[in-house]
Amino acid sequence: MKKSKSLLLMIALVLVIGTVLAGCGGNNNNANSGNNASPTNAAATDNAGNTNTGNATGEEKLAADQTLKINLSSEPPTFDPQQAQDSTSNAILKLMYEGLTRQNAETGQAEPGMAESWDVSADGLVYTFHLRDAKWSNGDAVTANDFAFAWQRVLDPNAEQAAPYAYQLYYLKNAEAYNTGEVTDFSQVGVKVIDDKTLEVTLTNPTPYFLGLLSFYTYYPVHSSVKDNAKWATSVDSQIVNGPFTLTEWTTGQSLSVTKNPGYYAADEIKAQTINFSIVNSGATELLSYKNGELDRAGGPIGEIPTEQLPIVEKEFPNEFTRKGIASVYYYQFNVTEKPFTNAKIRKALAMAIERQPIIDNITLGGQLPAFGFVPPGIQSNGDEFRNQVADSQYFGEDIEGAKALLAEGLKEEGLDKLSFTLSYNTSEGHQKIAVAVADMWKKNLGVEVKLENKEWGVFLEDKTNLNYQVARAGWSADYNDPMTYLDMWVTGGGNNDTGYSNPEYDQLIKDAKSSADNAVRQEKFTAAEKILMDDMVIMPIYYYTNNSLTKEYLKGVTLDFSGAIDLSRAYLLEH
Amino acid sequence: MAANNNTVAPQVELSPDDFRTVGINEREAETIQRESLSAWQDAWYRLRTNKMAMAALIVMVIIIIMAIVAPHLVPYTYDSNDLMNTNKPPSSEHFFGTDDFGRDVFVRTWMGARISLIVGLAAACIDLIIGVVYGGIMGFFGGRIDTVMNKFSEILYSIPYLLVVIMLLVVFEPSLWTIILALTITGWINMSWIVRGEIMQLKSREFILASRSMGADWKRLLFKHLLPNSMGPIIVTVTLSVPSAIFSEAFLSFLGLGVQAPVASLGSMINDSLTGWMYYPWRMIFPALVISLTMLSFNIFGDGLRDALDPKLKK
Amino acid sequence: MVRYILNRFVHMIVSLFVLISATFFLMKAIPGDPFTSEKKIPEQILQRLYAQYNLDKPVFEQYVLYLKNIVKGDLGISMKMLNQEVTDIISQTFSSSLKLGVVAIIVAIIIGIVLGMLAALYHRRLIDNVAMVLAVLGIAVPSFVVASLLQYLLAYHWKIFPVMGFKGPMNYFLPVMALTASPIAVIARLTRSSMLEVLHADYIKTAKAKGLGWFSILSRHVLRNGVMPVITYVGPMTANIITGSVVIEQIFGIGGIGKQFVQAINTRDYPIIMGITIFYGVILMVARFLTDVAYVAVDPRIKLAGRKEG
Repeated sequence: MKKSKSLLLMIALVLVIGTVLAGCGGNNNNANSGNNASPTNAAATDNAGNTNTGNATGEEKLAADQTLKINLSSEPPTFDPQQAQDSTSNAILKLMYEGLTRQNAETGQAEPGMAESWDVSADGLVYTFHLRDAKWSNGDAVTANDFAFAWQRVLDPNAEQAAPYAYQLYYLKNAEAYNTGEVTDFSQVGVKVIDDKTLEVTLTNPTPYFLGLLSFYTYYPVHSSVKDNAKWATSVDSQIVNGPFTLTEWTTGQSLSVTKNPGYYAADEIKAQTINFSIVNSGATELLSYKNGELDRAGGPIGEIPTEQLPIVEKEFPNEFTRKGIASVYYYQFNVTEKPFTNAKIRKALAMAIERQPIIDNITLGGQLPAFGFVPPGIQSNGDEFRNQVADSQYFGEDIEGAKALLAEGLKEEGLDKLSFTLSYNTSEGHQKIAVAVADMWKKNLGVEVKLENKEWGVFLEDKTNLNYQVARAGWSADYNDPMTYLDMWVTGGGNNDTGYSNPEYDQLIKDAKSSADNAVRQEKFTAAEKILMDDMVIMPIYYYTNNSLTKEYLKGVTLDFSGAIDLSRAYLLEH
Repeated sequence: MAANNNTVAPQVELSPDDFRTVGINEREAETIQRESLSAWQDAWYRLRTNKMAMAALIVMVIIIIMAIVAPHLVPYTYDSNDLMNTNKPPSSEHFFGTDDFGRDVFVRTWMGARISLIVGLAAACIDLIIGVVYGGIMGFFGGRIDTVMNKFSEILYSIPYLLVVIMLLVVFEPSLWTIILALTITGWINMSWIVRGEIMQLKSREFILASRSMGADWKRLLFKHLLPNSMGPIIVTVTLSVPSAIFSEAFLSFLGLGVQAPVASLGSMINDSLTGWMYYPWRMIFPALVISLTMLSFNIFGDGLRDALDPKLKK
Repeated sequence: MVRYILNRFVHMIVSLFVLISATFFLMKAIPGDPFTSEKKIPEQILQRLYAQYNLDKPVFEQYVLYLKNIVKGDLGISMKMLNQEVTDIISQTFSSSLKLGVVAIIVAIIIGIVLGMLAALYHRRLIDNVAMVLAVLGIAVPSFVVASLLQYLLAYHWKIFPVMGFKGPMNYFLPVMALTASPIAVIARLTRSSMLEVLHADYIKTAKAKGLGWFSILSRHVLRNGVMPVITYVGPMTANIITGSVVIEQIFGIGGIGKQFVQAINTRDYPIIMGITIFYGVILMVARFLTDVAYVAVDPRIKLAGRKEG
């Protein structure tokens, strides 16, 4: 017994050292492949957005077995379009359903989907949709009634299951009133079935992005058979769909599969036969499986690559790594109702005194873009990206000396000689790292004392709503492709305006933009509004998000839209 | 009596006059003269000859010393970030390399060991105190008190312990103290049963009967006889509950319910390193090595103690 | 005997009740709720969601409702997995966990006993040393380290087994190895020490003297008596494998109940957390109950009253 134990210590050591060596070996390999590949590296990432959106050319040879293997890092919480509210459900529902419009993968514009064509009234308030001859997967025709039925499900105040995204339909006339019970007659809502193939929609305000909204899952139609079956979305058999794929297998927590729907009107565009999704929420495991060839794709938005490994895989797989900007912004917000952050100069000084690029290069590691405005790239307005028309560099820049002077000025105005405050974030390693770095920079560059405070998600949000914070982290992603989704947040008393900010001039600009159908006018109002927002520095932008993923070279046709939503319906495999 | 103690030079002649009768002291005749410690000395001797246990003891002591001293040996603290020097391999500057915050892994490993040991030792101590008091009362008084208290502890015990811990930490923010408290909420029961069992067994032994019949009161019985004699199993249980608490904390770290950053335990360091350990092996190897050595040394030393304190098991 | 079993049974029920109540009230103490999100849900919709999950009722009323439903075998509806019964989720994911768990328990018992026996028979020889090294390593290295190492070396580096998934027999190897490392260690140690004791017992010497062959000595006497302590470990081992599977399922991407549990903790899906806790609680308590009963049945020496477990 005694002898055996000294021996086992030895063996224990040997095993551990063995592991170290194995680990080092892996490391060297990576370094080598990285070096070899470096010349092509930059190019691959630059046009990454386009590399895998290309259509099949004559040279491409399709693989005989069109079975895709993709991982989901979380299980889709629902297959009911009216209940969904997350990116995984979005990815799967996009395969199973189609709305009145579809989003073009390259231009981001709405193109005909279930609706073959449409007419818009001169005032931009009435849309008349003409449906194509499409079929549900059980053979029934898709009719205008199916849309009216689905939308009523969303807005029904007495629905057994309330739809959390009901407000996405508030653009329809009287939709909000019906949803809150003020109007009890659904015929008052701006949805009218003219005949089986014609649907008339009336809006409250002219909404230039309404056609884009129609491709969003809350607006998908559902088959009328779901009416009597509260649990239809929890079983594979009871799901009747109108999209390119049908759900054929689903094992809770383990896997799900979709198979090509032969009855889809554009079935000839669909090359994949089956997509098998595994459900594993470990980025490390997902990456290993991808490297092992068990997956055809890894990473966002439905999978995960561990952040720390992003720079490594970027070098290791330059031809497979894809980075794309998505319309989301990461920022810190100030509670402007309490001293010292009532003073815009102090807020601005803080925003000027951090170095965004080093944070991205060393911490977030995903090639994010430094942000100096609130509306991220990718958001369209008046025919082009908003950010291309209005450079965010005009608002402010990183300037430590200038920040010092501005801070001194601001402190003097407030009668303070020193600044110290608390920065709150919700418990998460990623947020913590950024908070640590920003606090370090503030301390080093401005001599400001910052206390970091992490809070549980529920507490964090509650404190933000109650303005019980000084500076807090935040992020915002687009609900639709229009600057409005960002800028209407900060109107006085806005539901998501948890800074206490109130500026009548700003409110007026947003109100004007909302009631105008003229894109040029809207663009002008948005530009002015964002300038006010940044001059007041209510929020301090840090970076615009990117999506990072790995795609095997033989997997083509996977697209991400402006918001980072993935569309797998046109994906296919090349021979490999 | 005092005369006997005189240091007498060898050449001195003794005569009968040098002796006197001291008589019989009735009261002291029955007093136990032999130091009761001898059993401990015996155990210590047995332990000392157990080379494996002694090696484990040395490793334990080294780990404890390092956990106390090492963080002061380098010019970094466990939470000093250097975000421009992240994930650097071991060097003369950073003996164990740096982590994803650019923090020194050497300091963090030993701070982590400190935290893990605090969790283990504190949990063991709380278990010890509650367990001895509760078990002592059960065992000593017996009867109805025992029945009721025992029922209560049995019910508590049959609730799966890790589930309770997870529940508690989901609800209360995990911090060093909530983790220790959560770990001890059912941890003491085992100890109380051991104490109870020992005391019940000892109570029926002859020497207790003797002491009792000589009029010893309950305080003397409990503190002079019962507890000292059940010390062996108590110490063994304490030693073995340290590593199990350390492991439980590591498991909680895996669920994200361990000590919260920037504070680290060995378990949370290993868990943080899991996503990229093939690229940054030093971030996993060093804490894993220390936790394994800690586990090994406490377990082996505990086994050695058991062998030493319980001669019946001697082979 | 019957009284003892009845007594244990009543204990089990009371414990279960305490567990359910504790779980319920702890869950209620959590700040925030599953509907808190960065994009605020309008107040009226939120109120309706609350009403739907009975979150708008007084806590005590919710508690009574919950208890009533549990008696009916209804653990409620998940808040994140819309419209899905917690019992359905548990029963669907349990099959993977059960398969994995049963294989792991069998493997652990067989390998553990064989290792322990070999170690005892070849006491203080190479095989003893190797067995005990493995045994102690199993105790000293956290299971998530073992799992990650196995995954990297055997699946990624040497490509022997798949990295993740739970489709075919090959998917069993790695998780079972990681899951059984510690139970094998404990069983081997238990078997080894009790076998050593038995091997030196007088009745074995008698059997040898009678001229019984080593195989029948081993199977009739040594094994039967030497394996006794292993039975006491079946309860704790079940607990070990269940908690272990939480880690292992997560790392190897197995859609079992453990993975569901971790996910529910992360998303604060109360009904699932509570449901799985109660489910785990029942399994563990039943395992312990059966162990107790089995032990009493097998070993007549055991005193019925005041029995304690380690």
